[in-house]
Amino acid sequence: MNPGGILTSLMDGLLIGVVYGIAAMGLTLIWGVMRVINLAHGAIISLGMFGVYLIFTNFGIHPYLALLLVALAGLLFGMLIYYITIARVINAPYLSTLLATFAINMIFIGLGTAVFTTTPRDAGFSLGNVSLGPVTLQGTRLVAALVTLLVTGGLYFFLYRTRPGKFVRAVANNRAAAELMGIPSARILALSFGIGTMLAAIAGGLIATFFSFNILSGDIYQQKSFIIGVLGGLGNPVGALLGGLILGALEGLLPLVMPNTWVPVIEFVLFIVILLVRPSGLLGGKSE
Amino acid sequence: MNKIASFHPGLWLALAVVAAIGIWPIPAQDAALREVSFTVLIAIVMATSLNVLMGYTGYVSFGHVVFYGLGGYVGMYLLNDYHAPLPLAILAGGAAAGLLAFLLGKAILKLRGAYFALVTIGVNEAMRTFISNFEPFGASTGIALQFSVYGAYGGAKQALWVVYYTIVGLALFGVLASYLIRHSKFGLGLMTIREDEDAAEVMGIVTPNTKTLAFVASAILPGMVGVLFFFKNGNVEPGDAFRLGVSIETLVMIMLGGQGTVMGPILGALGYQRLRGFLLTSPIFKNAQLVVAGILLLLIVLFIPAGAVGWLRQRFAWLRKVLA
Amino acid sequence: MTHILEVDRVGKRFGGLQALTNITFNLEEGEILGLIGPNGAGKTTLFNTINGVYSPEEGTILFRGKNVVGHKPYEMAKMGMSRTHQIVRPLKDLTVRENIMAGACFGHENHNLLAAGRIADEMMGFAGIKAKPDQLAGSLNVAQKKRLEMARALAAHPKLLLLDEVLAGLTPSEIDGMIKTILDIRKQGVTIIMIEHVMKAIMNVSDHLLVLDYGQKIAEGQPEEVVHNERVVEAYLGDPNMARRLMEEA
Ligand SMILES: Nc1ncnc2c1ncn2[C@@H]1O[C@H](COP(=O)(O)OP(=O)(O)OP(=O)(O)O)[C@@H](O)[C@H]1O
Ligand SMILES: [Mg+2]
Repeated sequence: MNPGGILTSLMDGLLIGVVYGIAAMGLTLIWGVMRVINLAHGAIISLGMFGVYLIFTNFGIHPYLALLLVALAGLLFGMLIYYITIARVINAPYLSTLLATFAINMIFIGLGTAVFTTTPRDAGFSLGNVSLGPVTLQGTRLVAALVTLLVTGGLYFFLYRTRPGKFVRAVANNRAAAELMGIPSARILALSFGIGTMLAAIAGGLIATFFSFNILSGDIYQQKSFIIGVLGGLGNPVGALLGGLILGALEGLLPLVMPNTWVPVIEFVLFIVILLVRPSGLLGGKSE
Repeated sequence: MNKIASFHPGLWLALAVVAAIGIWPIPAQDAALREVSFTVLIAIVMATSLNVLMGYTGYVSFGHVVFYGLGGYVGMYLLNDYHAPLPLAILAGGAAAGLLAFLLGKAILKLRGAYFALVTIGVNEAMRTFISNFEPFGASTGIALQFSVYGAYGGAKQALWVVYYTIVGLALFGVLASYLIRHSKFGLGLMTIREDEDAAEVMGIVTPNTKTLAFVASAILPGMVGVLFFFKNGNVEPGDAFRLGVSIETLVMIMLGGQGTVMGPILGALGYQRLRGFLLTSPIFKNAQLVVAGILLLLIVLFIPAGAVGWLRQRFAWLRKVLA
Repeated sequence: MTHILEVDRVGKRFGGLQALTNITFNLEEGEILGLIGPNGAGKTTLFNTINGVYSPEEGTILFRGKNVVGHKPYEMAKMGMSRTHQIVRPLKDLTVRENIMAGACFGHENHNLLAAGRIADEMMGFAGIKAKPDQLAGSLNVAQKKRLEMARALAAHPKLLLLDEVLAGLTPSEIDGMIKTILDIRKQGVTIIMIEHVMKAIMNVSDHLLVLDYGQKIAEGQPEEVVHNERVVEAYLGDPNMARRLMEEA
């Protein structure tokens, strides 16, 4: 394999990796703030895909503009889900939140399958290719990576520079103490769930601009989000981005040295091993 | 509770329900009814065995189907490649599942709560993707049984009944084992771990061994049942053997019926499978089967987290003797 | 007399916090040692270090002649050490009887269910549990939960019993009842270390007192001497509430 090819594989991997990263960021944010493993994450990613796809193909609205709408819808939708379901079980044993989010997943996937069937969709959108020396990259993937970085920056600005963002961190740190300080924890939890959902929807929307998909596709990205979350440390949003890059690099490079079908085996074994040896994640600071 | 001769209404009622489900299609030798009971009995075995880990010990696993899938594969491999007799294949399936649980248990049962749940998802996916690459088990295509294998059991038609009688036996055995475990010293140790694992250690329970033993105990029957299911099915492939959804459906059955009780998983399995059967055949709900199941699950989680049997036991103390 | 427990220069750290420093003391079989000290002094941490919940970074602990540093809590239980927790930890969804049976089944005598059931019935009376045997433990009030916690620890028939603030939150008459129970336990030959803030009680019950402050042993000896020890009074002065109680009750 020539170096140009290797570099292209690596770059492709990294570009898709950051998009995985943003999906994982949503998952890990929700875990960090409220200790909920959101099993509806994949369904939301799928809905994000359909959102961008349908707006683009039906109304001819530019996919990136559609993405904005999808993000907003994701935020509101997530908050709604929180108020209707999660809020009722937030203090129950963790099995309740696992099953509640899984039930939501079933409902969305069930409705989605009934309405959209499982035939693959393709937005048929392209921005051409960009060549940098020996490396050739798809424009849509490049833009997706840029959007991801922007969103991550935005999330950081929100968490560290704004009042509600500081509240989110306070609640994540210690909900009881935050409540004593007068922080409206119920609203902050809803907001956090909304943001987590929004990030999943954005990830889905971005993926729809360069991959074909169906209603079940989100599930794969949910699993990748788990792996990334564990790589980067559950509850650590920057970790998610780095974890995404690591996973992306692995997916870019491993197929060069082994059959494609072995890649997920490596990924899941890695996931198990990290959980066992360092549940705080490779990049996470404090251990259990 | 300790007198062997004393009357155990909870046990007899549980066995009677399972026996009734099992015997139902036999007098008429009705193949359609048999299929219905077969599905319910498999669900009963899966839910009852998972309940040992989840209901008694308090460890929520999303990987229960791994044992079923691995057992199925090992059994099918022996049946197909070595023409092993079915009973041997069943035992081998159970043994393989138990061995896997033993090897995994020490490592993964260190993790608590949601971390354990997460790692079991990882185990399921690792197993599925690994078997998809594992040539002796046919990699991604799996193992399809040569038709001649059924010959030893009087042809495919007769073999289905043999499989059925075996599953009835395994379900009865599973329920008996579940009851005995719950009312044993081992079971008391498990429930102590469920209530407070740190306190359990302080009280002298050797938690790593006790939990591993529970994990092994919960793995063996699914391994055996997996062999039966895929033998009947005629082929096994990674997607069917390691479907995460099966694990979660099993969790739902336990939640529906009530975790930690003997009767709960039985009623949960029966209720869930009948509902599913109804939804799948109903013209209105056929496409919305998943939606209805999801709404049902959500309602249980939000409003009766103790499940039907748990709720009844809380409401009516006198029922505690009957609904073990 | 033989030493059932020998704690030698034990140190325990939590990250940057030195929770225990150079703790040394011996415990004779059959005695009651009172462990006192202001809030956060490290008393509970000392229990956790003795019974294997934490492993100390420095020092040795001999229990019944054997070095037990690095032992797990269940190994300590099997060797004959039982304890109660400052914040009670009932097995909520199990019955009162099952709670106590669990103590008997898995402690160092390793009883079967039948024997454990008999012990449980006996312990309910001994520990003064008024609840019905088949009541769920989660439904008891605090005083009864404390007694349950004690009954569960005793059901193992321990050689050494660690009691962490079993009197806290009880009414004066409940305290008197509990003290009687503690003295009864000692009569059966069980060695006891008890952590207590209720001064009057601990003065009456203990053969010796050991005082911790900021993770250090600041005094040890007969109750009378210890409470008038200058360093002890000083330590408690940092905690005005305790100082007042110390003066009033001693
Ligand atoms: N697991 C832990 N991790 C970190 N710090 C701890 C831990 N357990 C105790 N500490 C700290 O160690 C110190 C001693 O705590 P400990 O609970 O032993 O005090 P105590 O003497 O029992 O107090 P109290 O009378 O309030 O029960 C405290 O500063 C406490 O915050
Ligand atoms: Mg304390």
